[in-house]
Amino acid sequence: MPVEAPSAEKLLDMYARMWRIRLFEEQAEYQSSQGKVMGALHTYIGEEGVAVPICAHLQDTDYITSTHRGHGHCIAKGADISRMMAELFGRSTGYCKGKGGSMHIADFKVGMLGANGIVAGGFGLATGAGLAAQLRGSGQVAVCFFGDGAANRGPFHENINIGAVWKLPVVYVCENNQFAQWTPQKDVTLVTDIANMSPAYGIPGVQVDGMDPLAVYEAAGEAIERARRGEGPTLLECKTYRFHGHNFGDPQQYRTREEIAEWSDNRDPIKQLAAHMRDAGLLSDEQDADIQNTVQEEITAAVRFAESSPYPTPDELYKDVYSYDIG
Amino acid sequence: MPKKSMRDALREALHEEMERDDSIIVLGEDVIAHGGPYAVTRGIDEKFPGRIRQTPISEAGIVGTALGAALCGMRPVAEVMYVDFATCAMDEVVNQMAKVRYMFGGQTDVPVVLRLPSGSARLLAAQHSQCLEAWFLHVPGLQVVVPSTAYDAKGLLKTALRGKDPVLFMEYKRLYTNESEVPDEDYAIPFGQADVKREGRDVTIVATGPMVPKALEAADLLAPEGIDVEVVDTRTLVPFDKAAVFASVEKTNRVIVTDEEVKRGGTSAEIASLIAEECFDALDAPVKRLAAAEVPMPFSPELEKLVVPKTEHLVAATRELVG
Repeated sequence: MPVEAPSAEKLLDMYARMWRIRLFEEQAEYQSSQGKVMGALHTYIGEEGVAVPICAHLQDTDYITSTHRGHGHCIAKGADISRMMAELFGRSTGYCKGKGGSMHIADFKVGMLGANGIVAGGFGLATGAGLAAQLRGSGQVAVCFFGDGAANRGPFHENINIGAVWKLPVVYVCENNQFAQWTPQKDVTLVTDIANMSPAYGIPGVQVDGMDPLAVYEAAGEAIERARRGEGPTLLECKTYRFHGHNFGDPQQYRTREEIAEWSDNRDPIKQLAAHMRDAGLLSDEQDADIQNTVQEEITAAVRFAESSPYPTPDELYKDVYSYDIG
Repeated sequence: MPKKSMRDALREALHEEMERDDSIIVLGEDVIAHGGPYAVTRGIDEKFPGRIRQTPISEAGIVGTALGAALCGMRPVAEVMYVDFATCAMDEVVNQMAKVRYMFGGQTDVPVVLRLPSGSARLLAAQHSQCLEAWFLHVPGLQVVVPSTAYDAKGLLKTALRGKDPVLFMEYKRLYTNESEVPDEDYAIPFGQADVKREGRDVTIVATGPMVPKALEAADLLAPEGIDVEVVDTRTLVPFDKAAVFASVEKTNRVIVTDEEVKRGGTSAEIASLIAEECFDALDAPVKRLAAAEVPMPFSPELEKLVVPKTEHLVAATRELVG
């Protein structure tokens, strides 16, 4: 069944979400350079064309699992950027009350089951979310975002096999950004096309240009509909590229400036979506500026919210270890 | 009151709770084909079709999937065939299950139970005989339960299945056939309440799991000598009922702490140090610990029998302590 092309309204929403991710991440890096955002910071800049068009097919009742590079997934799924920024600032108004930080932002109300500091940590959670959906017969789906590095871990194999044999409504999405932290994928993996691993599990494998949001939208739509129909998981590989290195401050000695420029100058997913929308007469210069200005204002407000929020008080230390108090 | 084995008591708890709560599901290897290696899950498939999933041999997948389902409104009970195999799912237990409530700021309950057959039995040697309570009680966010009787096993499993936090439920294989009185009426035993299995004046034996029946035997053997032993069964290690242990030590002023875990870094070390730190003035003699030899479990019965403490060791240690 062909996937219907996104409506003009949906395209505008996707475009704004991609900018929201881009500008959120740039601001987070700036605040990190100022010492305001603390701890590790892995930005999603360059990969916006993966999470946004995929989550455009999902409802709040659908689930996603994420990675250590999770801000983009949060924003794509509809998380509030003020509470995200507050979390990065370690404040009590953050999504995790300042107990999680960048690598652990979750918003269970919109089905975002948490960024995850363990590579491949999301496989079990997504597979279990799919099992819960299947048992309820609710038509919900779960999308498991993971990186090319995670495909070399055991949970990839164990959970995709379980998802496949039980025909769970899960889409396993490999964001193949071609580096496992600082190690090029090709140095540690002979099969660099992760989609080609799907026959081992008896499920479809689909590879798509992760820098082309419309191609991702179409491929994800098919996989998600297949999952909702009860036909089981798809392994969807999106070839992508992180423009800013593994983490903020990464000297990136493992790749050349030319390589980075090739991707960021010529294949930027935001530019690609903008070009498409302009060609289709769906995005004027004025609309474009409006969208970016509005998002910029949201980001400014998010920083203001974070900065003006209190740090957690010491009595928070022993809360949330269990459902009951251990003070 | 009818007598039941721990296996039957556990099975009853599962059936009764599944009847009561539709969100309870069971996952594990061979859980349908054989009811699991110890037949605890037998009969569930017939009675609750669709709510028991027989898994591939994929412990990380089983535990991860159980956790994911728990975060999405289900209440999974995952059987990991032997606690030794839980090591294949340590990321899922330690980095995910134990952490998700806290690191996500309390956004979610984590109602998942891992049933973990533990300890030596049937000469299964080094990789099927371990007792790993101490590994798990070290990790904030997990609850660790070690029943010693059929009655306690049923009541504690019911509490596990009604709670909101992860439970590592240690089932000692040698106790599956032990019988005790188990009422037909519904009951649950709260976590964090130790049970004085026998009252006494002279020495406290703080015991977990399979050491409890041995401590009771030792108490019977010592009674004719005029040595009156109190046996405190911890029942849950996290949460831990310090008050009950300290109250007993304050009464008897002498204490032996015993479990079947490897002694070094074991639960007995934690309990003994709590007593030393917080209850020192009550002691008339140093705390004694009786636990397993610091070796992998050997195969040959002639060696295996030397590893875990026996009743006679408890008898000798108690005599020494009062002597």
